[in-house]
Amino acid sequence: MSLSLPEVKRVAWLARIEITDAEAEAAQGQLNGIFKLIEQMQSVDTEGVAPMAHAQDVAQRLREDRVAEADQHALYQSIAPQVEDGLYLVPKVIE
Amino acid sequence: MFNATLKQLSALLAQKKLSSVELTQSCLDRVGRLNPGFNAFLTIDAERSLAQARAADAQIAAGKAQPLTGIPVAHKDIFCAKGWRTSCGSKMLANFVSPYDAHVVEQLNAAGAVMLGKTNMDEFAMGSSSETGFWGPVKNPWDRTRVAGGSSGGSAAAVAARMAPAAIGTDTGGSIRQPAALCGICGIKPTYGLVSRYGMGAFASSLDQGGPMAKSAEDLALMLNVMAGFDVRDSTSLERPAEDYTRALEAPAADRAKPLAGLRIGVPKEYFGGGLASDVAAAVEAALAQFEKLGAQRVTISLPNAGLSVPAYYVIAPAEASSNLSRFDGVRYGYRAPEYGDLADMYAKSRAQGFGAEVKRRILIGTYVLSHGYYDAYYLKAQKIRRLIAQDFAAAYQQCDLIMGPTSPSVAFALGAKATDPVQMYLIDIYTVAANLAGLPAMSIPCGFGEGGMPIGLQIAGNYFAEAQMLAAAHQYQLATDWHLRQPVGVE
Repeated sequence: MSLSLPEVKRVAWLARIEITDAEAEAAQGQLNGIFKLIEQMQSVDTEGVAPMAHAQDVAQRLREDRVAEADQHALYQSIAPQVEDGLYLVPKVIE
Repeated sequence: MFNATLKQLSALLAQKKLSSVELTQSCLDRVGRLNPGFNAFLTIDAERSLAQARAADAQIAAGKAQPLTGIPVAHKDIFCAKGWRTSCGSKMLANFVSPYDAHVVEQLNAAGAVMLGKTNMDEFAMGSSSETGFWGPVKNPWDRTRVAGGSSGGSAAAVAARMAPAAIGTDTGGSIRQPAALCGICGIKPTYGLVSRYGMGAFASSLDQGGPMAKSAEDLALMLNVMAGFDVRDSTSLERPAEDYTRALEAPAADRAKPLAGLRIGVPKEYFGGGLASDVAAAVEAALAQFEKLGAQRVTISLPNAGLSVPAYYVIAPAEASSNLSRFDGVRYGYRAPEYGDLADMYAKSRAQGFGAEVKRRILIGTYVLSHGYYDAYYLKAQKIRRLIAQDFAAAYQQCDLIMGPTSPSVAFALGAKATDPVQMYLIDIYTVAANLAGLPAMSIPCGFGEGGMPIGLQIAGNYFAEAQMLAAAHQYQLATDWHLRQPVGVE
């Protein structure tokens, strides 16, 4: 398989990464080279093999339902791009 | 002093022949002098380091010293440290001053270690040469025209150039072992879940594991004693009794000439095929012969799916990365584009400008393989192959105790040589990614020199939780050889 230019642009949009036409063209060649490497996976029969999501086969731990974090919003927001009155500012989304 | 092991430094500190302030200042001076040539450190904060050193000296004076008290350690810039810029090698986090400490940083602080500074790396640990970072490439202390390996290249170069007695790194597909090999030092990636990932910049969460980098196996054991441990804040942290990783180093042998008698070393035939440089093959062969001389028995094994580890890894790791890096949106922290239209445009521009080329490439791969219609063919297929690879190891460890082979297919290559060819760069990880996929521990130690006088690494892998056994075998090899004591010529 190989990715078309519109597909590269669609994937970039899904990933929320702005991409110019020239960048998309350069990415297309490189991604197709990488997918050629990845295609080697199809050479092995994996019928009946259980997918392995994780190295350790352990159950998710549950924690006690109690407050463990102190309020540090002023500290955390001190490194935010734009805040006002303790709120993160973004462009208006509702007209 | 710069060539001393951690144990030797600890003894000098305990005997008051050296103070932590003196040691730390000497390291800072050396970093100041040498770092411009190697670009190994990104951030130095002498005041903070010296304050920690003074506190360590007080602990030592009070008789409360632990093995690492007062010893400077360099941190890969992926570990959050309160008050320190933690950039993950990215423009995205170029101004990110961490409001909290990673678990590993807490552990090292509690052990009295001194933070010497933050080291350079591939952006978000995505790379095998430490060339993809925002702050420029790390240069190999053995030859400044060559790469240091990656992604923990800054930590490897810092130890190799004797700027830091030890360092910490992370390994998602070989990022501790490969730079250790290329810079002529030692590094270990522990069993997945042994070292907490809390506060460690996330790349591929089911593969990421922190670990130490140092001059000898013994030093790695001392570092791992502090770094490993259960942490409730990492949902994959393993709850198990604390281990002393130095415990097997000095185990008395029945036959002193053959301290490794009874140890079965598996050598995968797939690791010595095409693609392996002849100088690396020769050095690894010589190392295996040395292990046999020490009493170990060599067993030829097979890892039939070894060749599929790179393809499967470059589906799974980017898939997880695309998800992990979705948090960088220019809202709560990190880079925000100076100009944008609506919210979607702000995301897209901030991410386009904040991430470098390799990171964007991997996000695109990951987004694609997880997208509708492709999930089964790529992500699910890769997870099935991951199972086959883990099963290969399980079968192999029925026949042997440790597996040895090359860490990297060649010695360090020239800066820029593979920077424009992602596939060639990915194939460098051929011998290292399988351990991450299976979650197994693996380490690299120096075992000789090859083309251009560049160091070569021997990879020693073990079964789950076999770190003490691996370190002990490496230690016996290092008692009988001196490859790990060699240091770059002209780096004074």
